[in-house]
Amino acid sequence: MSQQTLIEMKGISKSFVGNKVLNEVNFEILASEVHALLGENGAGKSTLMKILTGIYERDEGEVFVKGEPVHFQNTKESEEAGIAVIHQELNIIPYLTVMENMFLGREIKFGKTGFLNTKKMIQLTKEYLGQLGVEIDPLATAGNLSVGQQQMVEIAKALSVNAEVIVMDEPTAALTDREIERLFEVIERLREQGVGIVYISHRMEEIFKVCNRVSVLRDGEYIGTRVIGEVEYDELISMLVGRELGTLFPERDVDVGDVRLKVEGLTSDVFRDINFEVKQGEILGVAGLMGAGRSEIMQALFGYREIESGNIFIDGKKAKIKKPIDAIKSGIGFVTEDRKEEGLVLSMSVRENFTLPNLDDVSKQTVISSQKEHEFVDDMIGRFNVKTSGREQEVKSLSGGNQQKIVIGKWLGINPKILILDEPTRGVDVGAKKEIYQIMNELTAQGVSIIMISSELPEVLGMSDRILVIHEGQIGGELNRDEADQEKIMYAATGGE
Amino acid sequence: MRGQSLGQIMQKLGPVLGLLAIVIVLSIMSPQFLSLDNLLTMLRQVTIIALLAFGMTFVILTGGIDLSVGSTLALAGALTAGMMASGIDPILAVLLGVLAGAVMGAFNGVIIAKGKVAPFIATLATMTIFRGLTLVYTDGRPVTGFTDSQTFDLIGRGYLFGIPIPVIIMFVIFFILLLILKKTVFGRHVYAIGGNEEASILSGIKVNRVKIGVYSLTGALAALAGIILTSRLGSASPNAGFTYELDAIAAVVLGGTSLAGGRGWIFGTLIGALIIGVLNNGLNLLGVSSNYQQIVKGAVILLAVILDRQKSS
Repeated sequence: MSQQTLIEMKGISKSFVGNKVLNEVNFEILASEVHALLGENGAGKSTLMKILTGIYERDEGEVFVKGEPVHFQNTKESEEAGIAVIHQELNIIPYLTVMENMFLGREIKFGKTGFLNTKKMIQLTKEYLGQLGVEIDPLATAGNLSVGQQQMVEIAKALSVNAEVIVMDEPTAALTDREIERLFEVIERLREQGVGIVYISHRMEEIFKVCNRVSVLRDGEYIGTRVIGEVEYDELISMLVGRELGTLFPERDVDVGDVRLKVEGLTSDVFRDINFEVKQGEILGVAGLMGAGRSEIMQALFGYREIESGNIFIDGKKAKIKKPIDAIKSGIGFVTEDRKEEGLVLSMSVRENFTLPNLDDVSKQTVISSQKEHEFVDDMIGRFNVKTSGREQEVKSLSGGNQQKIVIGKWLGINPKILILDEPTRGVDVGAKKEIYQIMNELTAQGVSIIMISSELPEVLGMSDRILVIHEGQIGGELNRDEADQEKIMYAATGGE
Repeated sequence: MRGQSLGQIMQKLGPVLGLLAIVIVLSIMSPQFLSLDNLLTMLRQVTIIALLAFGMTFVILTGGIDLSVGSTLALAGALTAGMMASGIDPILAVLLGVLAGAVMGAFNGVIIAKGKVAPFIATLATMTIFRGLTLVYTDGRPVTGFTDSQTFDLIGRGYLFGIPIPVIIMFVIFFILLLILKKTVFGRHVYAIGGNEEASILSGIKVNRVKIGVYSLTGALAALAGIILTSRLGSASPNAGFTYELDAIAAVVLGGTSLAGGRGWIFGTLIGALIIGVLNNGLNLLGVSSNYQQIVKGAVILLAVILDRQKSS
């Protein structure tokens, strides 16, 4: 390769309170390269990037920018050296315009007067956005843009400070399929312009689609770098987890029973005439594009969204569900898509989160019995293999996979008949994914019915007994496990007949 | 991990250490300060703010605020005094007075929970309304003419085993509330709502009901404070409790409860109320003019919050 080396990190080590989180890690970024950084949660990806951008100080090792040794003390210094980071949580101020966001903190003025040169800034905003091939009005209010558009604004902002290296942390996590396509086009364009991109993602397909090389970290160790096109999917997986994972999806061997849930003609402002059934012990996969109304249907089923008409029957009896508490009393548990916003109380402990929906069961009258609560929580921690320092640990400090186990586990206290899982493995590493699938299998073996919304087609295909495809607020198709494949699902999801 | 738990311990110990520091300084500067007589007087004075602050702790834990407690105190005190003046049995009048406070609190709760009005705005409005109602009811004059009841006098002025009855009431209520927060489903729900309201609703918590309960409790405690004050002074002034809501909020914050909700403890509030009480009392003993006292109190609050910030960062 004759491309210029933009960044070289050599033998980087870092410890926190005696705990080694990076051990002699190497990483390099070339010009015109999209370099994936792959690793399970806690593997050290973000620590490495924080060392690169000067947020953390390294204990050992060297960093070179275009051959020059550097030692950044803060992000300002790394930005000046041409390194920009697009965080998963975007740094957009929603009430300001696109242009105001672009030039925040470095507004262009008329000389030293303090008066803003708005015209110039609008023109430059257009230029930078134009370089990405996107059209966004510089005077649009940033908060009104889609997440994908906001991300484009951040990328344009990076260009405007002459960034030569752009680190993208899980850039597709919140994007729709169409926006992801758009992002990939922009990445390609940036690559052609000579920018080096660090692409952090869990999604293996994306890495194969958009990246040139991939470096793998595991438990703070540098495992290796491979060229995409010369590496097999299975090899990457085993580098990632350090063992042969076997098949990701466990064998499903469940006797499906009688109809447990029947939904008739469910209609609201975002979906209409939804009919479906779920049987005892069955996993119903719900596929569809983002924004098709999948989550909204489930929210309505759980009493968290108003419906205009329609009926819900549980075990043949009509269920009146107006509020979440009604659904819970009917035996429905709901693992929401956004575990931090809707699933967990982050300021509370593992224990308090586990028992939140079923406090009555661990209480006498209204007084909580510590003994009962501890027994329940310890049982759950063991059953779900939650990696925690104890039941009093704040859930905030757990990894995504362990948080997700708690969000699922907290519903088992109500002995659910039906469990709705909305994107159950999003932001969860491969090891924890497999554990969650096994838990789903155990639950269905006990007769629990599961409805699983997922945007990952391999997961839908791997785990579902039946698949419901939602297209623009209506049922676009229903497929059996045997007949379903990715093409058929996408066909139904995009409105094909 | 270890560093964090140390920080958490400091967070909890901070208010206690602060109180100790103030007590030590004042006892050196004024020899009377540590006398039993003075300490009991000080505790009796603290009762009013403490009762308001206990309720405020619940409200703030849910992520809300209640600016109307001072006015609730005045209206409930005046109503109780008025009822007794018109011949109603003192015990019944006290119960009805507390009930009136609970109703005022419930009114706040309904506006906030069902009407989805921001707690700051809702209670800012009812603060004015309740004060106005007090002025209308009393015609702007203190309510008197009920002072012949010995039972009622006891509430504010009596002693049991040498301890002022208001102080006993304060500690009894404190322990009850401590148990509610730590041990009951309701208490857990209070923390959960302040920590994440969305997740609480989705976990089946009846958020509106808990909120209305919390504001009702606060109203009832404010009324109790008003009744104790009325008993102590022998009259119910329409201006009673003016700006007390600010002292109550200060006590909660000094105790280490987060204004964002979800985190805090009522023991801290007790300490916070004591800090305010000790300061008032000590500065009086030292003969500091009330104008300067305000500056000192404000400075202490600022200092406490800044220290707290640095600990947590």
